[in-house]
Amino acid sequence: MSMTTTTHIALRAIAHTRSGDKGNHANVAVLAYTESGYRWLERHLTPDVVQQYFAGLGCSKVERFAAANLHAFNFMLYNALGGGASRSLRIDTQGKTLGQAILDLPLPMPPDLDQMRRQAKRTLP
Amino acid sequence: MRASIRVGNGCGFWGDNLDAPIALAKHGRLDYLTLEYLAELTMSILALQKQKNPEAGFAADFIDVLTRLTPVMKEQPLLKIITNAGGMNPSACARKAREVLDAAGLNQKKIATVAGDDLMPRLDELLASGHDLQHLDEGTPLAAIRKQVVSANAYLGSQPIVEALRLGADVVITGRIADAALTVAPAMHAFGWPSEDWARLGAATAAGHLIECGAQVTGGLWCHWEEIPNLAEVGYPIAEIEPSGLFRITKPPGSGGVVNLESVGEQLLYEVGDPARYLTPDVTADFTTLQLEETAPDTVTVRGGSGKPATPTYKVSIAYRDGFTATGTLALYGQDAAAKARLAGQIILDRLRRAGHEYARHLIEVIGAGDMVPGLASDGSPREVMLRVSVHDPHQAAVERFTKEFAPLVTAGPPGVTGYTTGRASVRPVLAYWPALIAKSAVQPQVRLES
Repeated sequence: MSMTTTTHIALRAIAHTRSGDKGNHANVAVLAYTESGYRWLERHLTPDVVQQYFAGLGCSKVERFAAANLHAFNFMLYNALGGGASRSLRIDTQGKTLGQAILDLPLPMPPDLDQMRRQAKRTLP
Repeated sequence: MRASIRVGNGCGFWGDNLDAPIALAKHGRLDYLTLEYLAELTMSILALQKQKNPEAGFAADFIDVLTRLTPVMKEQPLLKIITNAGGMNPSACARKAREVLDAAGLNQKKIATVAGDDLMPRLDELLASGHDLQHLDEGTPLAAIRKQVVSANAYLGSQPIVEALRLGADVVITGRIADAALTVAPAMHAFGWPSEDWARLGAATAAGHLIECGAQVTGGLWCHWEEIPNLAEVGYPIAEIEPSGLFRITKPPGSGGVVNLESVGEQLLYEVGDPARYLTPDVTADFTTLQLEETAPDTVTVRGGSGKPATPTYKVSIAYRDGFTATGTLALYGQDAAAKARLAGQIILDRLRRAGHEYARHLIEVIGAGDMVPGLASDGSPREVMLRVSVHDPHQAAVERFTKEFAPLVTAGPPGVTGYTTGRASVRPVLAYWPALIAKSAVQPQVRLES
C-alpha cells in the first residue's frame, strides 16, 4: 500500500503530517511540500477519500479545511477516537498515530511528481 | 515601548521534562517563562486530590521546578513566570511558591493568583438560572449526569493575567485558562494592546498556540525526525513578539532540535479544527493569513496575524465519573503470533463470560499486527506481538475480576506467551470529558496579589 507504483504514489511522497485529538474527534493536518502538491491534494485528498481510508475508525463525518498559506489541508475526523482520551479503550486514545498512518494513503500518480517532492530550500508565500 | 518581548514555554503538559524549564530560562534570554500543566482531564484528577487534602489540587511539579529556578531568578531579576500550575487550587500553590521564594531569599518577589474559573461551587446555581451546560457536540443538558460531575472549569482569557502583571506580579499562578493566554497576556501587558485589537491578539494567539506544547514546535513529532540534531537536548520554544504582532519562533542557541517551516507548519495545525476560526476567550484567531519565513537558522518569522471578535462564551471543561476501566497485556512470540494473541484474548473474555461478567465495553488489540490504527492492514505476519485487552464497566468488582484472568494464560494459553512480569493490571475510575459553553457574563475572574 505504501509503495510507489506506475499509477499511484503514497501521500508521503508529496506531504508531511501531524495529528492530535479534540475530545472524541481527531484532527489530521496534511502539509504539501510545494504549491503544485497542494493543488494535487485539493483535487485528490477529499474528505470522502480520507473517511474511506480510515473506515476502521468509524468516523461519523470527515471535514476538510484549507490553509493555503501552509499548502495544507486540515481534516477533522469526528467521533474517530472510540470515546476520546479518558473513555477510549484503544492504545491510541488521542489520535497520535493517524498522522503517520495517512502517509501511506495512495494517491493517483501526478504528471509532475518532481515538482511536488520536498525541495532542498523551502519558502512559503 | 519595548522593541520586542521574548516569551519561552518550558513545559507543555504535566509530566513534561523537568530540566527543560531550567535550561530554557538560563539560556533563552527570556522576559517571560510560561509553564503549561493542564490537559483536558488533569483538572478532574486535581479535584479529587483536593477533596482528600484541602492544601493539594495543583501541579506539584511546579514547586520543584520553581525551587530549581530560584538561582536563575536571582541572576535575571526581570524574569517573570506565568503558569497554570494552580490547577484546582491556585492559592495553595501560591502559598507553597511563597515558601520556596522566601527560603531562597527572594522575599521581594510578588506572587499573584488568578481564580474564578472553578464553576463547581456554583454549578447548581448556574444550572438553576438557565445555564444548562449542554454537551458541545451532542446537545445533552448537563443535568443528565449532574451527580457524577467531579470538576467544571471555564477557560479564562488573557485579561486577568494582564491585570496581575499590571499589579507588578513576578509570578502569576492561574487555574484553568486558555493555553495561548499565557503568551497573549504578556504581549498585551508589554505593548498596551487594547482588548479589541483582533489582528494583534490573533497574531499573539498563534504565537501562544505554537509554543504551548513545548518541544512539539522545536523538533518533537516532526515528520523528518531522522534529520533532527540532538533531540535528547531539544531546546524549548521561544516566541519573540514585536509591538506590531509580528513574531519569531526560535529556541536557545546550541540546543538540540530544529525550528523550520515544517516543524512550525505542523504545529500551527496541531489540534486545530477550522484554522480560519481558532476560538479562544480573547479572539477568534485566523491562522490562514499568516506568512511564514525562515529568516535565520532555527528561526521562523511569522507575519500577517489576523482575527475577528471573540465569542460571547467561555468554553467549560467538565469531568464526570463514568464507571471503571482496566487494561491487561501479554506478549506473544513465534509463528502465527497474531492468531495466538487473538485466541488468548478471546479465552480471557470467554472465561469472564462464563463467570457471569459481560462488560459494557471491551476491546482486544494485537499490537504489532495492525490494530494501532483499526482497519489499516499491516505488513506480513509478525513474529511477535503484544496482546492488549481492555474493559469498561459501571461495576468495579467486575473490572477487578477481569484483571485476574491474565496470569492463568501463562500456563493455560497458546505457546509463546510471556511478558506477565509487571503484575496485575490496575483498575482505574474513568473520568469522562464533557465540553460545554457558558456566557462570559456568568463568570467572574478574580486576580489577587498574595501577601
